[in-house]
Amino acid sequence: MLAAEAAPTFEVSSWFFENAWLVPALPAASFLITLLFGKRLLGDKVHFIGLAAVGAALVLSLATAFSWISQVEGHDPEAAAHSVEYSNDNCYAGYQGAKDDSDGEDADHDDDASAPVSLAFAAEGEGGEEGEEVHAKPLPVVCAYTWFQSGGSAGEGGATIPWGTLVDGQSVMMLVVVTFISFLVHVFSTDYVAGDRRYTHYFAFLSLFTASMLFYVLASSTLQMLVGWELVGVCSFALIGHWWEDKNNSDAALKAFLTNRVGDIGLLIGVIILFFAAGNTFDTLTINHAAVTGAIGHGTLTVASLCLLAAVMSKSGQFILHTWLPDAMAGPTPVSALIHAATMVVAGIYLIGRLYPVFWDGLSIPGSSLNVLAVMGGITCLGGGALAFVQRDIKKVLAYSTISQLGYMAMALGVGAWTAGMFHLFTHAIFKACLFLGAGSVSHACHHSFDMKADMGGLRKYMPKTFVTFVIASGALAGIPPLAGFWSKDEILVGTGGWPGTEGNGNYTIILVMGLLTAAMTAAYMTRVIWLTFFGTYRGHVHPHESGPRITIPLQILAGLAVVVGFLNVPKQLPLIGDAIGLKFEEWFEPGGGSTFPVIGHAKPSFSLAIFATLLALGSATLVWTYYKRLYAQDNKATEYTDSFVANNGFVRAGHTLLVEKFYLDHLYTGVIAGAFKGPLARATYWFNQHVLDGVIDNVGKGSVGLGRFIYRFIDQGTIDGAVNASGVAASGSGQVLRRVESGKIRQYAALMFGASALLAAVFIVAI
Amino acid sequence: MWLNQFLFFAAVLFSIGVYGVLTRKNAVLVLMSIELILNSVNINLVAFGAYNQDIAGQVFALFIIAVAAAEVGVGLAIVLLIYRNRRSIDVSEADLLKG
Repeated sequence: MLAAEAAPTFEVSSWFFENAWLVPALPAASFLITLLFGKRLLGDKVHFIGLAAVGAALVLSLATAFSWISQVEGHDPEAAAHSVEYSNDNCYAGYQGAKDDSDGEDADHDDDASAPVSLAFAAEGEGGEEGEEVHAKPLPVVCAYTWFQSGGSAGEGGATIPWGTLVDGQSVMMLVVVTFISFLVHVFSTDYVAGDRRYTHYFAFLSLFTASMLFYVLASSTLQMLVGWELVGVCSFALIGHWWEDKNNSDAALKAFLTNRVGDIGLLIGVIILFFAAGNTFDTLTINHAAVTGAIGHGTLTVASLCLLAAVMSKSGQFILHTWLPDAMAGPTPVSALIHAATMVVAGIYLIGRLYPVFWDGLSIPGSSLNVLAVMGGITCLGGGALAFVQRDIKKVLAYSTISQLGYMAMALGVGAWTAGMFHLFTHAIFKACLFLGAGSVSHACHHSFDMKADMGGLRKYMPKTFVTFVIASGALAGIPPLAGFWSKDEILVGTGGWPGTEGNGNYTIILVMGLLTAAMTAAYMTRVIWLTFFGTYRGHVHPHESGPRITIPLQILAGLAVVVGFLNVPKQLPLIGDAIGLKFEEWFEPGGGSTFPVIGHAKPSFSLAIFATLLALGSATLVWTYYKRLYAQDNKATEYTDSFVANNGFVRAGHTLLVEKFYLDHLYTGVIAGAFKGPLARATYWFNQHVLDGVIDNVGKGSVGLGRFIYRFIDQGTIDGAVNASGVAASGSGQVLRRVESGKIRQYAALMFGASALLAAVFIVAI
Repeated sequence: MWLNQFLFFAAVLFSIGVYGVLTRKNAVLVLMSIELILNSVNINLVAFGAYNQDIAGQVFALFIIAVAAAEVGVGLAIVLLIYRNRRSIDVSEADLLKG
């Protein structure tokens, strides 16, 4: 059984929590300064503005995180609950109905935080957690301001348009990720896009993106999240199309933007539904509270969360709206690392984490414990992993890998492993940024080509630093212990509860199988990338060279972190270190207090599952390795067997074509769905029109003609025509008289107007 | 404060303006007469505003000045086009809208 009651809570405070708005404000200022004065002030050193602003934001974020962590660590569980004073009157801890609700709305779902919150899904969970001690949870710190008030308070049917910051474990974690990756990407970019024709523009948009993402992360209301969501979409559009002179790039930017529009509509509708369902409020905590306490019905939550899910699908590249993400690789590589791997694409995952009660209750399929989210995530991680095998372009492999890993996160959130999902988000941001920047470094060396088969191979001799960091990050992605990805991936697999003895929130065996298959596929396609890029013989035509320090140092930092960050959340049961440093991530960042978060259980770690998953990954990697090793022995420039199994077996050939054609989804969208309206559907409509509608209309017409003749002869000619003719004659006569007034002489009109005015004035004076 | 003087003055100005609009043939002079009419209204507004100790009258007067400037801009453009087409700005000749 799950932990039966909500965890006790405590309040935290710090100058940094109350002034968190500074973090997005710094890059926003940097955007304006770079764009307006950057070139004039600093010329080609314009990147210093962005570096300084993002660096300062990084320092602020780290300070915020440290003060958060130290207060969580320093909390004495025995101490009596006390409330913290905030120096800013607009700040408060946790959900406070009275602060942002009116009295009328409170009556709807008056809560008692001390009462155990009984939840529908709590009864569904089967895993056992009887012995688990319940940690006290820190309450989020909200600083909310009213931008403007429309039509009275919420209770009177009006709406408050708020803005504010919400600092809790989730946003603190994300602040550090965004500012940190953004800072490294800024450093990387100073070398990578040096001498670009729109250097200033590039850095301005990097700053704007960072500001928007931080704004989104800190948002305290759904409306604000919507604004941040759209802003990052615009920045993504602008940066994908950075080299818009090439039509492919501007097409990719448009595709990304339009696909995201599909989801954005879902977000907008979802926000509106939740606004009304939670009693005229945009406040995230109020909405979560209403969802947790059952003030919003299951049906409403389902509709709202399905709308939000459309947004998640488009932004976080879930099947079937993922097609824009691989094309988005047309943008500069550092942009791909920052936006399309580490930060923007996880906005959807972040949204789920932020509105977790809404998704968790809304998407659980009644009658079974399977969450729609888990299924969607499972399909995405399998599909993305499969597509990664057939790409020639190193960035596209990584893009499909990102899709696959995002699926993993959605899957984790779907099975109730919130912490595992967020932890994977955290580790993935680091090692995937490292991989993308590594791909950028490789392409920098190979004359800006990303084609693994034509222009790479054997690069480990030429660029050892890139090679080492890339291999470490790939190992982390593939889940090789003790690298970061192993711990987070393992937690997700455990969280599915499908493996015996893990006891998660449910018993999702199918999801576990999907996760294990994906783990195997991940290891295999990363081995393929490493072989094609770094091993074998060099197949390109330029002389590759190791990149400069501004490229390799960020790589080394990220690779180093990819080794260690996994230890943030090792299981308690791990020998030697588990007791001291186990589950710190969960302790620091997992929400839970204040009845704004569902009571979720934590699965028990399983050594047998960890060993099995690792063996699976190593096995599939070895398989691919052997394939290329044998191929290389045959022909040292070959990249695939041309005369063997794949080429000759029709079934395999068909599967390969299916993957190369990306499951025909692009054809579905542009050819079938868009084409249907142009061609076949139009013809079908025409046929229907000719044969069905016209027949009806013909007969109706014939009847009408008969009726019409009758009416014409007796009614029309006699009665109506007489009247019409008479009125015509009258109109014509009066027109003849009046046209003399219409002389075209402007002074006559003026005279008439003034005369009439004078007359009117006289009437007024006499009458009043 | 004497309000009547201002009202009387404004009424005289208004009448001169109306007379100008009705009798002048030259389009530019017609426009100038319209300005007279508008300014007589402004005088009324300011006078009443001062009389009632209310800023609104002056605000409206300023508003009317701005609108009048725009109106003259459009009016002069029309006059210019009429001149280009007919080599004359006699308003009594521009009667193509005759019914």
